[in-house]
Amino acid sequence: MTSKLPLTENINASRDAVGLEAYEANRGYQAVRKALNEMSPADCLKVVQDSGLRGRGGAGFPTGMKWSFVPMENVSEGHKYLICNADEMEPGTFKDRLLMECDPHQLIEGMILSAWTIQADVAYIFIRHEYHLATKLLQEAIDACYEKGYLGKNILGSGFNLDLYVHSSAGRYICGEETALISSLEGKRANPRAKPPFPQISGLWGRPTIVNNVETLCNITHIIRNGADWYKTLGLGQDHGTKLFGVSGRVKNPGCWELPMGTTIRELIEKHAGGMEDGYKLRGFLPGGASTDFLVEEHLDLAMDYDVIGKAGSRLGTGTMIILDDKTCPVGMTKNLIEFFAQESCGFCTPCRDGLPWTAQVLDDIENGRGIPADLNTLRNQVSFIGAIGNTHCALAPGAMEPLASALKYFGDDFEALISGKTSPNKFDDMPTAASEGVN
Amino acid sequence: MTQSIEPETNQQGQRTVNPVLSAAELAEIDHEISHAPYRSAVAIDALKIVQKHRGWVSDESLSGLADYLDMSNAELDGIATFYSLIYRKPVGEKVVSLCDSVSCWIKGYAKLEKHISKQLGVGLGGTTSDKRYTFLPAPCLGACDRAPVMMVGEETHLDLNEDKIDQILDIKGGDTK
Repeated sequence: MTSKLPLTENINASRDAVGLEAYEANRGYQAVRKALNEMSPADCLKVVQDSGLRGRGGAGFPTGMKWSFVPMENVSEGHKYLICNADEMEPGTFKDRLLMECDPHQLIEGMILSAWTIQADVAYIFIRHEYHLATKLLQEAIDACYEKGYLGKNILGSGFNLDLYVHSSAGRYICGEETALISSLEGKRANPRAKPPFPQISGLWGRPTIVNNVETLCNITHIIRNGADWYKTLGLGQDHGTKLFGVSGRVKNPGCWELPMGTTIRELIEKHAGGMEDGYKLRGFLPGGASTDFLVEEHLDLAMDYDVIGKAGSRLGTGTMIILDDKTCPVGMTKNLIEFFAQESCGFCTPCRDGLPWTAQVLDDIENGRGIPADLNTLRNQVSFIGAIGNTHCALAPGAMEPLASALKYFGDDFEALISGKTSPNKFDDMPTAASEGVN
Repeated sequence: MTQSIEPETNQQGQRTVNPVLSAAELAEIDHEISHAPYRSAVAIDALKIVQKHRGWVSDESLSGLADYLDMSNAELDGIATFYSLIYRKPVGEKVVSLCDSVSCWIKGYAKLEKHISKQLGVGLGGTTSDKRYTFLPAPCLGACDRAPVMMVGEETHLDLNEDKIDQILDIKGGDTK
């Protein structure tokens, strides 16, 4: 019986890690056998394209289309690379951790299949340093795969060679940007690179490279095993398959759940996350991590599909929501987000390196009662200049402006009340917190 | 460092000795070099190896490593200082990293930061006088459903409150000052 929630099929509530034997007992590595014995790389590419899978790292770019730009003929001598982006650092995001800590083989199988499709012979999992348990489990799983013959030379007698390495990071959020990740793998400062050339043409060491998110690659395992038609039955709306969705903030039951694409935001927040904690009301939320626009109560019945959320003025992003409650200052929350992005700027481009700390300073002034009316215009100018795609090498700065632009739109009154003195600074300071109440 | 060191090699032409780095460090670094296209490509991995052995990366160890990787000190230091988890100053036995990103901030970061500073007797960036702990902020640690979160060394601690923090840091009546 093929599960309708395949990504977490092997994962139990205690979050135990699934070993190779247990993984194989539940059809593990059957897709690898099928692909290497019966399907050409072109066959596999077609299945992935037909599935409609979109990248799960935040951008939602069609995976099959991304892979289709990898040159497959007349490729000059040398390696092609597949890289798993396991540098999960987008604030509010905690889904890839679950997948790697509980079902590492699902990711590895997905990587073998993806490497077969693009004919990459070297693969890396670029994992953030702090995920020590996942790093250990992945390396153990890889060692077991080499022993079993799922990795290394002439995999299952197919003639296909693949080496897979785990590379643990040394910090910095920008390493999650695919070209910055490539720079970091090359032993350099993690500055993003201008595109074109795209990594498919010139990536790691100048060779054809594909970088995909953990969750995206885990989906490949099931798509190849069960087919594109099956995958299309899993979603409820425009987008196909399932996704790990999460909620954090002042909800009764923060967590992460696999749900069909197209599930409504209301169902996620009210049913799975249990609604707001007693004494708190929902004021807004970032639907997909720190670099997405605020949405508010009127958006709760929207389906969680990439284009639906896009049309509403935000982004589905990583699908992990951050809730703004009515006892948290929206200006303070926006400032916290901008300070994060300012700190994580790689420093290469002026609008980001100098613009973000300036924006944080203006927000700090407003939050602490030193704001002046002209500050609102300053913020709007910063949004339009720093936020414009194309003024910087990467999307960090435009992403940072998303919560600010939407905070000005939906919570403009809060900004004005602090500037005019109608609200005192630190009005929310004495609000009870989980820490002070000893709730946890 | 003003003089360059001629690399010592064994009979197979492999570099074996470095005046600063230990044989154990070199063996681990050589393993990284073995599947890299050139020596400086393993700069970050090598910095992590040196830090794993020594706790932090001093000017002397950075300089020795730069020689071993055929890099200038400036180039290697530019890489080391980019990465927040490479420490270019001494740290305590364990680093206490309290997440200050948005979900943890909403769930009570500010009060916990004050509490830890009070209990340790040092603010963010400081090291306790008994050298047990260095207290630093951390960017999102990827456990937001269990906020507030901190790491102490390699261990991640979830659902924090003041009592739990005191237990984790082994604070008895504030005697770690």
